[in-house]
Amino acid sequence: MLPPVTAPELRPDDVSGELIPELPGATPGSAVARVAATPATVDLLTTLAGQHGPLLLHQSGGCCDGSAPMCFAQGEFIIGDQDVFLGLVGTPASPVPVYIGGQQFAYWSHTHLTIDVVPGRGAGFSLEAPEGFRFLTRSRLFTDAEAAELEAAGPAARGEWQPV
Amino acid sequence: MPVFARPGQPGASATYASRYDNIIGGEYVAPVKGQYFENPSPVTGEIFCEVARSTAEDVELALDAAHKAAPAWGKTSVAERSVILNKIADRMEENLERLAVAETWDNGKPVRETMAADIPLAIDHFRYFAGAVRAQEGSLSEIDGDTVAYHYHEPLGVVGLIIPWNFPILMAVWKLAPALAAGNAVILKPAEQTPASINVWYDLVKDLLPPGVLNIVQGFGAEAGKPLASSGRINKIAFTGETTTGRLIMQYASQNLIPVTLELGGKSPNLFFNDVMDQNDDFQDKALEGFTMFALNQGEVCTCPSRSLIQKQIYDEFLSAAVIRTKAVKQGDPLDTETMIGAQASNDQLEKILSYFDIGRKEGARVITGGERADLGGDLSGGYYVHPTIFEGKNEMRVFQEEIFGPVVAVTSFDDYEDGLAKANDTLYGLGAGVWSRDGNTAYRAGRDIKAGRVWTNCYHLYPAHAAFGGYKQSGVGRENHKMMLDHYQQTKNLLVSYDPKPMGFF
Repeated sequence: MLPPVTAPELRPDDVSGELIPELPGATPGSAVARVAATPATVDLLTTLAGQHGPLLLHQSGGCCDGSAPMCFAQGEFIIGDQDVFLGLVGTPASPVPVYIGGQQFAYWSHTHLTIDVVPGRGAGFSLEAPEGFRFLTRSRLFTDAEAAELEAAGPAARGEWQPV
Repeated sequence: MPVFARPGQPGASATYASRYDNIIGGEYVAPVKGQYFENPSPVTGEIFCEVARSTAEDVELALDAAHKAAPAWGKTSVAERSVILNKIADRMEENLERLAVAETWDNGKPVRETMAADIPLAIDHFRYFAGAVRAQEGSLSEIDGDTVAYHYHEPLGVVGLIIPWNFPILMAVWKLAPALAAGNAVILKPAEQTPASINVWYDLVKDLLPPGVLNIVQGFGAEAGKPLASSGRINKIAFTGETTTGRLIMQYASQNLIPVTLELGGKSPNLFFNDVMDQNDDFQDKALEGFTMFALNQGEVCTCPSRSLIQKQIYDEFLSAAVIRTKAVKQGDPLDTETMIGAQASNDQLEKILSYFDIGRKEGARVITGGERADLGGDLSGGYYVHPTIFEGKNEMRVFQEEIFGPVVAVTSFDDYEDGLAKANDTLYGLGAGVWSRDGNTAYRAGRDIKAGRVWTNCYHLYPAHAAFGGYKQSGVGRENHKMMLDHYQQTKNLLVSYDPKPMGFF
């Protein structure tokens, strides 16, 4: 049998609530986070990390399940030199780097992303789908102050995140 | 007009079993680990069957069966394979309503579309490749008076096909028909959102194919898709889906040095030039219909014309008429033949669309119509319905740059030809596009200047076999829907033959 899974309790209001505080090293070069996760996402990531080991998220594009963040074991999906490292979500003990393709980042860079989770069954090879959940990216515009700070911080970090 | 009975109700044209196993070696085979997942109908959100939740062990069984069948199948004559494909098409045609109702129940799309598009196109696709493979010829090159190079088309062997959920039967057939015609044995993994209708199809045609030529392994991408795509025992993998998984599939293929075809979607521009409004005639009517095509299949089409670019001079007039046209789209029970837009295929898809309504508004795009979930009442309230939605904004907004895969169009204007083309091409993708103009020169130039694999010119959303379909830029690799797709499922054998009786003289 496949390993049993404890489904995290879904808290749909969480997205407007408190986000996970930024982890050390979560926001390369800037105090402004580009990405956050809801508590439900952190719970599910913790569950998945227990089954699969250290994880990463890669923001997809294109059709079908495009625009969904895909969750893989680290090393399963090769992070390329053009991928942008958006930041870390999860917990300090089990940080999950979040990436987006370099060309796609050009169209997304003005928005802050929140990785949420909804009931569902995404296609693709993302690890949460068999548990009956789907990670979902919610977005908001950066404020002018945040945008200025990110601008001052220079180009976004590319390539694979290295734990310090 | 009628409302078709739901599968399971008296008089229904299609019935579903309560459970589906994998199909391996011509038999239904239970998953090795004995697990199943529940499959809801998007029409009501209620579970109607359970389906095998396969793992690597099941994929291995399917690979065993496929490898057993592949050598003999690859040596059948093209005439034999062609006859089988034609028989499959005939069987489907005789059961059109059954397949259409089954597809609507599994996917949520209106039966009007499955009856008129999905299933008829799938039928024609089998016939097209039945004919194309008969007409295919090898070649010979006369190197010199005594030396000839013969080129033969040979099948690849065993191929893996990973199918999306937006057209479960049609997308399966787009890959199956050329793969089988070319003489390959197949392992097909349906999408986990729409795993059921392919079984209704298989039940109709199962006596026509030798055991093991077609194997269907159900389950999740992470558990069944990955062992298939990463297997060292497949000779090719074909995938339709999104870019991150496309990269992962390519990565697996690189580890096995096998070919890949990918169709990864787009954000298709639909350009309306000023002269569209020169006359109030059939052509203008057709162009307005072309605008409204964003709602076809609930927008769950890789080539959804989801960016409408309207030339400035006609912008207000055209958009006003287009809004009226959009509001006339009838939403309702997908099994009602009057219904034009049905349910989104899954809850997570619905949630994603709603998240785009949110970011669209936050970015300042104006909702002209729609912009919310639709509650159709009764037990349809449990289904996944969205009102057709028109956003007005700027091309750099995220609703203009990402395939929402819902009935959502983002509209903006362009000044002149150069501005229109610049906006059309300002996207990561290049799968489809539309151009509307009464002036042949403008339409031709725009069609050639748009960086996309398919430019519908004064039409949209036609998918005939014999017109190549595939992506530029990040939209993928390879061309489907055309005889050139046979090449993607074949390899070239060159026999280099000397008819010279004398030695070469080197040694």
